[in-house]
Amino acid sequence: MSPINKASGRIIATVVSNKRVGQYHQILLNVGEMVNSCKPGNFVAIKVGGENSRMILRRAFAISRVSLTGPYGGSMELIAAPFGQGSKWLCSQVEGAQIDLIAPLGTAFGIPTEPVRALLVGGGYGSAPLFGLAEVLKNRGCRVDMYLGASTGGKIYAPMEGKRSVNVLRIYTEDGSMGERGRVTEPIPGLIKDGLVDVIYSCGPMPMLRAISDIVAGSDVVHQCAVEESMACGVGICMTCVLPVSDSEGNVSMKRSCVDGPVMDGSTVMWDLVGRVPEVHS
Amino acid sequence: MIDLSTTLGNAWFPSPLFTASGCASSGKELAQFIDLREIGAVVTKSVMSKPRHGRATPRMAETPSGMINSIGLQGPGIDQFLANDLPWLVSQKARVIVSIAGETVEEYATLARKVRSAPGISALEVNISCPNVENRGLVFACDPEASRRVIDGVRKTLGGELPIIAKLSPDVTDLVSIAKGVVDAGADGLALINTVLSMVINLDTMRPHLGGKTGGLSGPAIRPIAVRAIYQVHAALPNIPILGMGGVSTGRDALELILAGAKGISVGTASFGDPAAIITIQNELKELLKVRGFTSVAQAVGYAHRPDEENTH
Repeated sequence: MSPINKASGRIIATVVSNKRVGQYHQILLNVGEMVNSCKPGNFVAIKVGGENSRMILRRAFAISRVSLTGPYGGSMELIAAPFGQGSKWLCSQVEGAQIDLIAPLGTAFGIPTEPVRALLVGGGYGSAPLFGLAEVLKNRGCRVDMYLGASTGGKIYAPMEGKRSVNVLRIYTEDGSMGERGRVTEPIPGLIKDGLVDVIYSCGPMPMLRAISDIVAGSDVVHQCAVEESMACGVGICMTCVLPVSDSEGNVSMKRSCVDGPVMDGSTVMWDLVGRVPEVHS
Repeated sequence: MIDLSTTLGNAWFPSPLFTASGCASSGKELAQFIDLREIGAVVTKSVMSKPRHGRATPRMAETPSGMINSIGLQGPGIDQFLANDLPWLVSQKARVIVSIAGETVEEYATLARKVRSAPGISALEVNISCPNVENRGLVFACDPEASRRVIDGVRKTLGGELPIIAKLSPDVTDLVSIAKGVVDAGADGLALINTVLSMVINLDTMRPHLGGKTGGLSGPAIRPIAVRAIYQVHAALPNIPILGMGGVSTGRDALELILAGAKGISVGTASFGDPAAIITIQNELKELLKVRGFTSVAQAVGYAHRPDEENTH
């Protein structure tokens, strides 16, 4: 089992801004020097509801981007969808509000040492951490293509400023209300066949991650996906956010998506066993 | 100065604050946020004889002031635990209470034999009350006779040195009779309470939300149940040390369980919301004891049971 992210710590951060972007909120937090240890793929665990809240568990949010310099020093951007009680609370926080957070948590996306052709695939607001990743990859000389998908245009998160680090941005919606009609995974087999991609980075709903894993199986393309399982603690102690993962010898064990993930090698996740219990081995 | 030290059987601890079994993994993760030497002891996640995957996901649902978990005793098995997890805790100079869980009376005895020869353990918690097993018949703590047989087997295997703490379930009609049974069988102390059997139904699927259907409720929602259980058992067995737990998230909560009769307090679910909660609770407890004129934790244990006319200590 992986150890907890050694850089993680708990701080009180201040909300610098809270902007609506489509259906989502783009929340900028002043976190000071913590930005130095935040990498694309890491997440934060936020205490929600204020004092005396009946919500006792932190909520996990992927770090979208961090910035070392700015009018307020080190800042961190989060994208939240105001769907659940906890994220609604976060989305209601105004400039100057104090946020209790633990970060950076979890494993980060692996960054290649050589320039590669990278395809970043995001589903819904799963695109959030991909913009920070795109900046890092671009600075390494990688070609960065980004494909974003959702059921409908309102669920696409693609801010203008995020497009700077991307060579090609394509959008797919199932209802055709934005970009091309169809699923974001549909063009991927063609890209692999034509040898146009070396590494796929993905973040979004589990069925999308699984579909990409199935597509890259048997090819040389590496697939790094950020998984999503509901977690109680985010720091590796509650054992709720587990996924069946296979090691190099084929032994399956239940790995915590908070410390062994969220970024995992898609080929090691036993997708057909998610939500089931693997056969017991002794 | 407030003397925070406490004892459970013949084991001494500098603080009455412990982690709760299953809420600290094996201690490494919490060590990122707290100094493990500052707390009473790390109570490790209940370990079984073989590696175990646990239950299917979803394993968790948040509820008002609580949460339901359905982990199902995922763990590395006793051999890996003794080879890796325990030596690490000992190397950190943490005090350790090892928690064991079995499916049969024999499995508990086997686990006790393996633990017996391991160095650096302060006490053994015998978890006979995990609600997340496939067969409710396996919740030994719901059956007085089965509880007795498990503890008897562990005591005979373990010998007399290491204190045995039997972890009991609140999901019984007569908790006192079960407590008396395990004490007669050789338990030196009692851990009260395990989580409360519960369920959440998902309104999207309109089926039970958890993979294991039922789970164990923890957090502030169950604290009054813990206070009641500790109070009842301490009244019946005033000389048996109780490791109290159930929704403790503040020093105030810890003191409440101590007044009911607990000599030690385990912090579980509160650590999920704040991995340093146990240290905050310890500091708050010290202050609350001082304000009330206590000079030690020991003076406050069971203080809620004092006769009506007695109001000083």
